[in-house]
Amino acid sequence: MARRHRIFARAAVIAALLLVRSTSADVLPDDRADLFYSKYSGGGMDITGESALVRKKITENLAVEANYFIDKVSGASIDVLSQASVIRDTRKQATGTIEYLHDKTTYTASYISSTERDYISNTASFSLSQDMFGDLTTVTLGYAKTNDKVGENNGTAWVPIVDWLGYAQTSSYSGGISQIITKNFIAGLNLQVITDSGYLANPYRSIRYLDSSNPKGYSLGSQVYPDTHTSTAIQVQGKYYLPYRAAVTASYRYYTDTWGVVGNTVELDYTHPIRNVWILEGRARYYKQGQATFYSDLFPFADAQNFEARDQNLAALDNYTLGAKATYAFLPDGWKFFKRATVTLDVSRIRFNYSDFRNIKYYGVPQYPPGTEPLYFFNATVSQIYVSMFF
Amino acid sequence: MHIANSSLFKRCAMAAIVLASSAFAAGGDAAGPAPSFTLTTLAGQPGGLGEYKGQVVMVNFWATWCGPCQQEMPLLDQMYKKYKPAGFTLIGVNVDKESPAVKELLARKPVSFPVLLDPANQVSKAYHVDEMPSSVIIDRKGQIRYVHRGYKPGDENDYQDLIRKLIRE
Amino acid sequence: MRFRPVLILGAVLLSSACSIQPWVKPYERDRLADPIMAWDRDAISGAYLDHIRESREGSRGATGGAGGGCGCN
Repeated sequence: MARRHRIFARAAVIAALLLVRSTSADVLPDDRADLFYSKYSGGGMDITGESALVRKKITENLAVEANYFIDKVSGASIDVLSQASVIRDTRKQATGTIEYLHDKTTYTASYISSTERDYISNTASFSLSQDMFGDLTTVTLGYAKTNDKVGENNGTAWVPIVDWLGYAQTSSYSGGISQIITKNFIAGLNLQVITDSGYLANPYRSIRYLDSSNPKGYSLGSQVYPDTHTSTAIQVQGKYYLPYRAAVTASYRYYTDTWGVVGNTVELDYTHPIRNVWILEGRARYYKQGQATFYSDLFPFADAQNFEARDQNLAALDNYTLGAKATYAFLPDGWKFFKRATVTLDVSRIRFNYSDFRNIKYYGVPQYPPGTEPLYFFNATVSQIYVSMFF
Repeated sequence: MHIANSSLFKRCAMAAIVLASSAFAAGGDAAGPAPSFTLTTLAGQPGGLGEYKGQVVMVNFWATWCGPCQQEMPLLDQMYKKYKPAGFTLIGVNVDKESPAVKELLARKPVSFPVLLDPANQVSKAYHVDEMPSSVIIDRKGQIRYVHRGYKPGDENDYQDLIRKLIRE
Repeated sequence: MRFRPVLILGAVLLSSACSIQPWVKPYERDRLADPIMAWDRDAISGAYLDHIRESREGSRGATGGAGGGCGCN
């Protein structure tokens, strides 16, 4: 029962689309190969990720990139714990990208295919990046289309019985401007509008409503989601070079959607290199969101609203992240055909606080009538280790 | 008013055409006598354009942080060795703000043509450098004949064609 | 002519756009070309963190950056 995985599948694809966003339209980036391992632990879940990426220039103007990613979930999130036993599932994602540079324009096309037992997702994306005004300004436009097939596993991880419930489609439109302001300072502005339609709910989750006929005081029911969702996000960011050779980055993002969720993100990063061998980085991030209009932790009675959800993602919450990253160049000047090779360790600690999602551990506990259980919070640790080799 | 608009528009259209044209601007915005300059080498010795009167000179503006610049250096070196006996010189003008990285790069990948340092970017300004790398080809009479902006593999053939042509003059 | 003001505006915009000289010269881009000034040095890591966040938060999109660098070629 891969509840968390469901969201992972959709989010992964959108995140993967963003892989095409980091381009500079002057020369194509160096050839590289990366091996990546990550672990997320928090809220009762352990998720490991393994990835390999290879990028190669075929000519000076044409490069191809291939990436393979495997997520493995074990454990169960807080609200699935009450209904399911320990879950295990695996998601596999393959991405192919082509990049073509002509004069001051870079064209990028990619295809992402993601599969897990109860969720199949495919995305085709295209973007264009143009340098102008003496290469001080870069304008980027992108479009992506995703098709998903959504199912529910009514068996177990080892003997799955998947009911296919429906389809979902997503269209993403993005635009960005990057502007060099001074020889020490670059700023950026991004806008992304995403529309999805179809089966958008998570079949493993339920809502709950007050029910005096139930000894626990509440009963569970099915979530009902709208079949469309449109979101707009706008982010402004800046990067400044400090005279002793370091960089500081600040960004702010505003998010709003047709489900009533409003999110604000602030992030600050500091990058400090030590000669040509080490790069140390620290990051701090704060995120706060208001709940979706049809979200509630406890509805007053059955079928209280047309749309009902109790998905944690749609609750009112905030989170704080502190992260540190160290990159060590073990081959700073190359060796044979390697230009450079580095190993990186990145660890983040995140604290999530919910204002209107209650801790399931206390459901049905007599001293906490439904609706008075303590609010949920949890800590998560995200670790990544990867080796990057440049050719 | 109407005439002023149309000449403004024409001037602008001209500028656009010049900008959009090929990387070579034959006698374009950089035509005329090549500004003379004196800079120092890594070793601290003075060097400048004046030393090469009567020769065909290519002034190549490069930096340690510029990828295409590094790509063309070995090819420029080959070209220098080949045409030097015929009266050709290549001067590498480095625009890095500090010299340690230049020293370190040239120690790893040495070149035989003279390299002069322009940390204050005076020479880059005088030559109106608007792309990295830039190569300015100057004839025997000291006139700028061609300005090549950027570098893509295969450009070294274009350089050689032009150099051969100017050597024969 | 009726559309003279449009022509004037167009010519002014066109000429001013044409005459914008880059105020950061290509030979002054050493700091911007430094790898620490790249928006996203490690794309897999950046995409993975975005992925973790989007699976736990209700927001999505608009992360990423382009441009900068040495502006060569």
